Amino acid sequence: MRDIQKILAFCKNHKQFTVFCILALVVIGAAVFAPVIANHNPYEAVIAKAEQPPDANHWFGTDKLGRDLFSRVIYGTRTSLTSALLLVVITLFAGSALGIFAGYFGGVTDSVIMRISDVMISFPGLVLAIAIAGILGPSLLNAVIAIVAVSWTKYARLARSLVLRIKHKDYMLAAVLTGSKTGYILRNYICKMTMPILIVTAATDMGTMMLEIAALSFLGFGAQPPVPEWGMMLSEGRAYLQTAPWMMFFPGLAVFIVVAVFNLLGDSLRDILDPLSD
Amino acid sequence: MTKKTIASRILQIIIVLFGIGFLTFGLTYLAPGDPVKAMYAANGNVPSEEVMEAMREKMGLNNPFPVQYFNWLFSCLHGDLGTSYSLNKPVVTVLLQRLWPTLELTLFSMFLMLAVSVPFGVLSAVKRNKAADYIIRAFSFVGVSLPSFWLGVMLIYIVALKFKLLPVISSDTGFKKMILPAVTLAFSMTAKYTRQIRAAVLEELHQDYVVGARTRGLKESTVLFGHVLPNVLLPLVTLLGLSFGSLLGGTAVVEIIFSYPGLGNLAVSAVAARDYPLIQGYVLWVALIYMVINLIVDIAYEKLDPRTKVR
Repeated sequence: MRDIQKILAFCKNHKQFTVFCILALVVIGAAVFAPVIANHNPYEAVIAKAEQPPDANHWFGTDKLGRDLFSRVIYGTRTSLTSALLLVVITLFAGSALGIFAGYFGGVTDSVIMRISDVMISFPGLVLAIAIAGILGPSLLNAVIAIVAVSWTKYARLARSLVLRIKHKDYMLAAVLTGSKTGYILRNYICKMTMPILIVTAATDMGTMMLEIAALSFLGFGAQPPVPEWGMMLSEGRAYLQTAPWMMFFPGLAVFIVVAVFNLLGDSLRDILDPLSD
Repeated sequence: MTKKTIASRILQIIIVLFGIGFLTFGLTYLAPGDPVKAMYAANGNVPSEEVMEAMREKMGLNNPFPVQYFNWLFSCLHGDLGTSYSLNKPVVTVLLQRLWPTLELTLFSMFLMLAVSVPFGVLSAVKRNKAADYIIRAFSFVGVSLPSFWLGVMLIYIVALKFKLLPVISSDTGFKKMILPAVTLAFSMTAKYTRQIRAAVLEELHQDYVVGARTRGLKESTVLFGHVLPNVLLPLVTLLGLSFGSLLGGTAVVEIIFSYPGLGNLAVSAVAARDYPLIQGYVLWVALIYMVINLIVDIAYEKLDPRTKVR
């Protein structure tokens, strides 16, 4: 009971955050309950009904193969959320791990990791992502790998600076003096101190990551047909702009709304945890 | 910047270029797919295995990796980036052709971005928590979340198809071809910069020198334009250099939407055709342009900032 009261009090104090949290839950709900919400099979093509404008049966109209656009947009939430989540989690762990190693061990490890990161950062990310995704071959997983390859540096730098800040604190020296094993120190001191900030950074990056995946898919280097993915649906609809504009309109609106919700959630999360920055 | 730091920056650029070169070459070496097959397929014929094998031998594709890499590096250092498989032209020629349209587009959209975000950001900060501020903040929020590829296509639909104000496809010449792609590119950046400038102006307004200027009885406009704005705009120069990189990457999406004949469009078709020399050339070029521009920006920053001369 007391827990519920605590949560309610928190919600009352952070109304903005609560609203965005609920919106994000709605988006996640749309992904989880996609089979219940969608009123058609997103893969079922009925050529006779191709390129129909929105009506009572097909709320968002149909695409070039007569597939129901509303169902495809709803199922697209699954693709977008899972790939963005996968991307954020891999980037967070790979980047943080490398940054923590660089910061904690210093020396050669530090120079090698940070010089590689310098190479990556002194370079426009999407350009390399396009090259990597294209060279590995087009697939959603390869798009994720390509974006990880260019965005881990941000986390590595942040993790390294956080580690350097706590490395020489007294309790760290005490841990070393009392003979704690390096693995134990990394797990119980370093990770515990750095992870909260890194995870918040990752949460605020969700929206951007979704946009990047959608952009690569739009270029044809991400999701492949017939998977319902918003970026790919947009590129499919582009040729029909004049005759069937709804094929572009709704998937794009979906990207915009979902990215906006996650950006707002990230912003309000940062406001709560770091009230000084405006 | 002293001559020494400039020299070390140039050295750094060279090292990064070697790194990027090794990375892209290694990736294309490891990539699945046969470039010889792709090359013949691009020209529309499928020769026998013997012919392809002879071609592989001739192109040096059967050599071990280090030999291939150093051969490639050697010709790179002589300014020869190889021949594009799909276009059958030297990579350098192709890249040079496409360079100017992309630079033109990037610079124009940067100009648009500054023309909108500086007045908006300042206004938003001065009218903090008033109607104007809320409207500008809402607009900048929309800009950050709006996917550029969607915005671009919607602009085509509304401006070019519905009202027929501008051409749909930007492949013809003239200034008109640049307007829609540049607006699309500038949009999300404008949003980010408006936020930055707003935050920076707010911070400066709390500084002691502003209070001092006000107590001396200076007009609010003099304080704002004579004192605050120079302090806000100076750090912006560095940011601009960094944004230039994301713009160079972002043009790929926008150029595809508008069929704009630039570097990004070229890169996407090169990737689709598995045209490895062209991909490598493109990546190296963009890296070089980006780093050189950032070096120039950093040098310019020191020249612009009077504080650095005192030391």
